[in-house]
Amino acid sequence: MSEEKHHIVSFKTQFMVLLALLLLTAISVFITRFELGPFNTLAAMLVAGTKAAIVLAWFMHLKFESRLFIVMVSAVVVLFLLVLFVTFFDYSYR
Amino acid sequence: MIEHRDDLGDKMGMWLFIFTELLLFGMLFVVYAVYRSMHPEAFKLGGEELDVALGTLNTVILLISSMTVAMSITAIQKGKKNLALALLSITLFIAVIFLVNKYFEWGVKFEYGFQPGGAELLELGQGTILFFGLYFMMTGIHALHILIGIGLFIYVIMKINKDKIHQTDYVWLENTGLYWHLVDLIWIFLFPLFYLIH
Repeated sequence: MSEEKHHIVSFKTQFMVLLALLLLTAISVFITRFELGPFNTLAAMLVAGTKAAIVLAWFMHLKFESRLFIVMVSAVVVLFLLVLFVTFFDYSYR
Repeated sequence: MIEHRDDLGDKMGMWLFIFTELLLFGMLFVVYAVYRSMHPEAFKLGGEELDVALGTLNTVILLISSMTVAMSITAIQKGKKNLALALLSITLFIAVIFLVNKYFEWGVKFEYGFQPGGAELLELGQGTILFFGLYFMMTGIHALHILIGIGLFIYVIMKINKDKIHQTDYVWLENTGLYWHLVDLIWIFLFPLFYLIH
């Protein structure tokens, strides 16, 4: 196991990832200053989702791991969204 | 002596733990979503009470600490022990600063009487009580994770120092990194939902 070839992420790549995350943070702080009604939440969640995907892919190495990890993480995300959907479905039709 | 190791298995185990954490926070986000849909005005006003500048500062330093811990893995892989130690020390320092900021942020809320059961809060109605209850509960559990992270960093720094974690055996550091990125991941959603959305 220890002799297995590991992917080494360069310092430069990690710095670029940080810059992307900081830029997205600035964007989300900026857009939520405007009154966009329901689109406020949608925009903020889209930016947060993008940031989460970047952290998962590069910092958490999903991009370089076996596909199995991506399948497992996706399953958890789908499970969460289903719980969210079912909960709201329940509350809306009471 | 031949040491038996299974780095992939160790990482798989860490990911399974991360899934339980994601579901723990996930269900709190579901509770947040339901109560916000029932009390939109109170959540909007509650969000405006929070300090966006301090929240943004904590977001920025937490993202930087995520990078430094990721870099420390690269440093270990390249056999640069001292660089890895320096990067982890920066990460540890940032984790402490995050909690110091949180202390001041919470302190102001306590002064206003917005803590759970606070006299001022109880007069503000159901929605506001729910907003601040969730705010303290969710940022509180998150802060507890930061505290555990601080302990992990101290442990990992000691292990690297004693060469127990090195160029060919660093899964402990990798899993600590995964844990820290999880803490960052949760904050990525907590920050806009509490501080920004109005």
